[in-house]
Amino acid sequence: MATRRVLIFTIFERFWHWTQMSLIMTMLVTGFAIHGLYVSMPFDTAVTLHTLAALALLALWILSTFWLFTTGNWKHYVPTAEGLGQVLRFYSYGIFQGERHPYRKAYWRKHNPLQAIAYLALKLVLFPAIWISGLIYLFYFAWGDVRFAAAGLEWVALIHTATAYAILTFVVIHVYMLTIGHSFAAHVAPMLTGFDEVDLTPEEEAYLTADEPSHIR
Amino acid sequence: MHVLPGILLSLALMSVALAPAQARTNWPTPPVVVDTNPQVSGPLTGGTADHRKFEILQKPFASGPDVTKACLSCHTETGKHFMKNIHWTWDYKDPVTNQQLGKKYLINNFCTNARGNEGMCAQCHAGYGWKDESFDFTNEGNIDCLVCHDSTGTYYKTPNSTGNPACSVMFEGKPVIDLSFVAQRVELPKRANCGGCHFNGGGGDNVKHGDLSSALKSPPRDLDIHMSPQGLNFACTACHVTKDHVWAGSRYDVIAKDEEGQGKPGQRRDVATCESCHGTTPHQSGSIEHRKLNHHVASVACQTCHIPAFARGGVATMVDWDWRTAGKTKNGEGYHEEGYLQGNGEERYTYKSIKGNFTYAENVVPEYAWFNGQMHYTTIDTRFDTNQQPIAINAFDGSRDDIRSRIWPFKRMHTWMPFDTGNGTLVYTHLWGDDNESYWGNYDMGKSIARGMRDFGLPYSGQFGFLETISYWPITHMVAPKEEALACRECHSQDGRLAAVEGVYLPGRDRSYWLDLFGVLLVSGTVGGTLAHGLMRHLLRKHHKGENH
Repeated sequence: MATRRVLIFTIFERFWHWTQMSLIMTMLVTGFAIHGLYVSMPFDTAVTLHTLAALALLALWILSTFWLFTTGNWKHYVPTAEGLGQVLRFYSYGIFQGERHPYRKAYWRKHNPLQAIAYLALKLVLFPAIWISGLIYLFYFAWGDVRFAAAGLEWVALIHTATAYAILTFVVIHVYMLTIGHSFAAHVAPMLTGFDEVDLTPEEEAYLTADEPSHIR
Repeated sequence: MHVLPGILLSLALMSVALAPAQARTNWPTPPVVVDTNPQVSGPLTGGTADHRKFEILQKPFASGPDVTKACLSCHTETGKHFMKNIHWTWDYKDPVTNQQLGKKYLINNFCTNARGNEGMCAQCHAGYGWKDESFDFTNEGNIDCLVCHDSTGTYYKTPNSTGNPACSVMFEGKPVIDLSFVAQRVELPKRANCGGCHFNGGGGDNVKHGDLSSALKSPPRDLDIHMSPQGLNFACTACHVTKDHVWAGSRYDVIAKDEEGQGKPGQRRDVATCESCHGTTPHQSGSIEHRKLNHHVASVACQTCHIPAFARGGVATMVDWDWRTAGKTKNGEGYHEEGYLQGNGEERYTYKSIKGNFTYAENVVPEYAWFNGQMHYTTIDTRFDTNQQPIAINAFDGSRDDIRSRIWPFKRMHTWMPFDTGNGTLVYTHLWGDDNESYWGNYDMGKSIARGMRDFGLPYSGQFGFLETISYWPITHMVAPKEEALACRECHSQDGRLAAVEGVYLPGRDRSYWLDLFGVLLVSGTVGGTLAHGLMRHLLRKHHKGENH
């Protein structure tokens, strides 16, 4: 078993991540302007940006979902209880004792169990909730004449807003997690360069060295 | 570094988003070159005949009806057409409520009733000589062609009967009209023709409507984009299209939501709606903003955004009239007081013995409400509950759930006016007349009401008081240039213009207090939690210094 620097985030994943980051930040900033939490942004600008960013994000999600399934990368997100207890114990106790993070990145398991569950929940609960409610909201003009449409819109808006608060909460925790362990910069670096330290089996190391020399340093 | 594509995409998106805003830098749209072009009168155009060349008009006329006779000798069918329109009949029966409406019968909360006061009020009847019930509505010779078709500005009308000397003095000493001169110069009506009456409804300039004032005779572009000589220079009939001397557009029968739009070429002589010219998807750039605005057309009247305020252009409108103070005299004589200096520099009366106290306003933000076009009037026949004041002189229908409704702007008029306390009804007041019962000159409201009711066989308890009333005037003129249309935040905000409009979820206005509280607590709690977690790490790492992080 050797620890090597391995390409774990391909160009597409990095593009996906940072584009998604920009779009989600745009959605949050413009969404809360539409909601009226602050009024310094003109409403029409907020609606326009929010709508365009939403459409772009939907396209990106379709693209990334296709990518996840065709490349087999979906496997990284399969939830597992193995090691979950250790990770939870680390964040709530061990970290304060100066312990080392219990999880080692593996070649086919780049997220720790807590990350995997968090990202899966994001993909399966929060994202669908926000884009389904958002699309229903966006297409209000098409169903505004049905009975109880006004009351329906209020519920759609409530779900949409509640999900937005949840996603903002995720963002806060996600960014905070980058400060744990190594430096903030060291945590961000893999999503910029694509390379991170991964524990490789001798077979994996041999395979990468022989067949994917550009993926290993 | 593969961050670049993401950032580039974001920037690209933002530049697309800002495109509609940039399109606005071309505004204001270039004005039509100002010249002496005639006003645009819609589908009708003049020019096929020069009336100065007609022999029948080249003679002196002794009276208005003599001119009419000459007109009808060529325009053989016009009399029959004209006598069907509301300018002649002052009579309209609401087909839905069956209410008898029309100036002939109605009471408003300005000068109250025309009925019984025709000698004065029928100056604005498009006919000659209506002073009492004996007027012949079947005689086309009584039609007044010139009041609408005069192009010289020298034609005018005076009361059809003698009023109290205290009032009739106003109409003395006017120059004699050269009827032949006027008749030879008839043209299609201009804004000033229609405005002679419609700008002065309620007894003075812009008193009644709020969006119809003398400022519209030659309005600057920002006052009315359609009527301005620097804009389209529309005469009233450009929108109030005419067929057989019947005009489209009526406050008795409002089309609050026109889903037919422009219609096919040659069609649509029946409506004066915005949509009949602009269509039902009027915002045409294709931007997200314009698409969204087009969705608003289903629920928000064009007027709501495009008339940011009424009584603009320097002429005030009346918003409150108090008849309770009428009748005060000085040395037995009626008097008036000025007290409001309006935008164009003219003084307005704030008190008149014959009418009471007035309150004016300019640049007024309308009230907004769902409106489906259906009005319900409080007429002389209506018995109301006097405990339910203010009484709506013209209540209206509309709601979010009514497919024909849209959110409309209104002027709200508040008036204390006389009523029959015993029967709980409005009253006809006898205002005009050269007798000892007319209010104007005698200042005795009791006598005036008794006479007004007696003349029409109406029950009167003999007791009168003053009633708090409201009337609503849909706002539709004084359309501003598009760059002055309301910004979204005017309504999409708390305490915005639509704060009182019910039945809709309005983003920016509406929110769940509990959800927002929970959301803000969740996010701030998470931030606080991470800060606490980080602080503990920092403190304990020092504690464990030297050990592995």
